[in-house]
Amino acid sequence: MINKEVANVQEALKGVTDNMVLMLGGFGLSGIPEKAIAQLVKLGIKGLTCISNNAGVDNFGLGLLLQKHQIKKMISSYVGENEEFERQMLSGELDVELIPQGTLAERCRAAQAGFPAFYTPAGYGTEVAEGKETREFNGKMYVLEYAFKADFAFVKAWKGDAAGNLIFKGTARNFNPVMCGAAKITVAEVEELVPLGTLDPNQIHIPGIFVQRIFQGKHYEKRIEQRTVRQKD
Amino acid sequence: MLDKIGIAKRLAKELKDGYYVNLGIGIPTLVANYVPKGIAIEFQSENGVLGMGPFPFEGEEDADIINAGKQTITTLPGASFFDSALSFSMIRGKHVHLTILGAMEVAENGDIANWKIPNKMVKGMGGAMDLVASAENIIVAMMHTNKEGESKLLKRCTLPLTGVGCIKKIVTNLAVLEVTNKGFKLLERAPGVSIEDIKNATEGTLIIEGHIPEITF
Repeated sequence: MINKEVANVQEALKGVTDNMVLMLGGFGLSGIPEKAIAQLVKLGIKGLTCISNNAGVDNFGLGLLLQKHQIKKMISSYVGENEEFERQMLSGELDVELIPQGTLAERCRAAQAGFPAFYTPAGYGTEVAEGKETREFNGKMYVLEYAFKADFAFVKAWKGDAAGNLIFKGTARNFNPVMCGAAKITVAEVEELVPLGTLDPNQIHIPGIFVQRIFQGKHYEKRIEQRTVRQKD
Repeated sequence: MLDKIGIAKRLAKELKDGYYVNLGIGIPTLVANYVPKGIAIEFQSENGVLGMGPFPFEGEEDADIINAGKQTITTLPGASFFDSALSFSMIRGKHVHLTILGAMEVAENGDIANWKIPNKMVKGMGGAMDLVASAENIIVAMMHTNKEGESKLLKRCTLPLTGVGCIKKIVTNLAVLEVTNKGFKLLERAPGVSIEDIKNATEGTLIIEGHIPEITF
């Protein structure tokens, strides 16, 4: 077993410096790497380019980094729930690249899988495709999109072990698995770091080969963005 | 004229046995409440779940189980979770049979705009561009006119496009229309709405052939 376990979030973020390109898992506030984000805020690292489907809300998730002006550029598919984000974007303080959600996922996966680029139908004929190579396959037009290049990927899983194997829970899985191994260094934070050998190899979502550092976070807030319920009859 | 619930009920008639369906945010989400009895449907949410169920009972919400609108949901027996790449493999790979989504504008050539108002609303496209570029069967659910009373069914879209030539059918508060290569073909009109009302609310080419029945549920 190759041991990926690090003692804490401080160790997990060693080597993160200003102006790096980071991938951060999560959809909305579900499955975000809460501990890594908190540590980035604490370290005050600036000039970051963040690849993440969303940009958090004003006082949680990536919104915490935005408040401190630590993000230079966001690459996302939907950023609707964050007023500070909108303010920084409209004032020109923040550079924003909006790309289709499936393209965002596939650009991560391509980096993980060693594909330099791929063709997708998403965005053809729209401003997203401006300046990009297009090509016809079987009578339909496609846009060439490139794999991301990132320095660190921060992902959050439910359970993991010292070998770096990961299991995700529910829709908190989202972008986390496709970001594993898609950056030079992948840091996984887990709710439960279980003893080696207790995870069933049949049930592993991401094998440890895609993960360089793993640690257990404490007291996850797991904030709910839209609490919707029904009444019992 | 139909209200949002009425639009959702009419849309529900488009559901067929064995369909995997992706519902957008807003009116489309309501369609899940009116699935016809006796048919099997599974709802896909692009953040990574198939077999979506109703909202949870109070106290049973789980931050780890949400839909693409970030709302807490439940799952039904037979449900599955998956990552974002696999989710869009389902969509781009045409495994999802029907997509219903909202729009700001639809053009008579099937173009759709629903993600951006320059300098005003810049929230992002989310999964909409992948959905409209890939799905075979896309239905738009929307009001026929905007808040200013202007038609949303146009000759050409004026807002930044989400996709080109992809919309096949539109269900509005006034009518059901099919997008053909000659324009919007009127299929059905909402109860109490005249053909004249629909003409007045449609900027794009409107094709009226034969008897236009009232929408039934």
